[in-house]
Amino acid sequence: MSSAVRSATVRDAIGLGLAVGLYGAAFGAAADAAGLNLWQTVTLSALMFTGASQFALVGVLGAGGSALAAVGSALLLGTRNTVYGVRLVPLLKPRGVLRRLGTAHWVIDETTALSIAAPDRGLARLAFLTGGGSIFLTWNLMTVVGALGAAALTGPALAALDAVVPAAFLALLWPRLRSGFPEAAVQRRVAAGGAVVALGLTPVVPAGVQVIAAVVAVALAGRPRPRQEVST
Amino acid sequence: MSGTALWVAVLAASIGCYLLKLAGLSVPPSWVEQPWVARIVDFVPAALLGALVAVQAFTSGQQLVIDGRLAGLAVAAVALALRAPFIVVLVLAGAAGALVHVLWA
Repeated sequence: MSSAVRSATVRDAIGLGLAVGLYGAAFGAAADAAGLNLWQTVTLSALMFTGASQFALVGVLGAGGSALAAVGSALLLGTRNTVYGVRLVPLLKPRGVLRRLGTAHWVIDETTALSIAAPDRGLARLAFLTGGGSIFLTWNLMTVVGALGAAALTGPALAALDAVVPAAFLALLWPRLRSGFPEAAVQRRVAAGGAVVALGLTPVVPAGVQVIAAVVAVALAGRPRPRQEVST
Repeated sequence: MSGTALWVAVLAASIGCYLLKLAGLSVPPSWVEQPWVARIVDFVPAALLGALVAVQAFTSGQQLVIDGRLAGLAVAAVALALRAPFIVVLVLAGAAGALVHVLWA
């Protein structure tokens, strides 16, 4: 492989890593608003390291939900990383127990997209490592910045933070709804169904339970389609 | 919720999410590539994220409410439709929420 292709891969991976990692500040702020202390917030970014699940955990806790509902939401959103792992094995071929344990930690939306988009296996590994590394560093650093920053907020700045959290979930959801994503129209239907179920249940179930219950909206997707290649 | 309960939630969810990642690298692909399993996993994020957007924007405890968060969400949707970067989307949403707070307070 040429060095120009290699450096383009590294550049793209690091660029994406920095852009996504900045978003860690929003997570740090949301976690602080939900009542987590700095160490709990930092632990989530370092150990869980999968944005949608982290946001779900603190979102449900912040809404007054039980620990069980919060953990359940995070795990349900984490199942997609299992599918990503299955797709990554033939590309990354992690050999040995230690390498597999290490690779698993960085299996997320962005590293999967980068690896699958790479032109060959060598570049897929390079994209996974540089993308994963830059996201991990920036995400954790910005989590601390966001958590400390949010703790200092008052008045209108707190109202701003309240408005940022739903916007952050919308930003996580948006790429799935955009035409170009596989079955975007069905994704939109399922997302709208999830929102309706959650709002309908809010007055009658304990906080947080409505988020997990919204998973029934998956039924709106209907039967599996004849096999087609679904990209991420 | 007590600090200990929060720690249990943080650690249980973190370890669980890690094991879900590790499972993908470890289980036979045929387990995950069942058509029904794949179908459900493809759509779970949309259902849950849709629910979380709605709950974060329109509820307070068990009440349905409309406040400055709605303005922030609308501004975020426009910014996302115009393909603004993540950070810009969040800053604009925050500004809209703060503006509503200032105007109504």
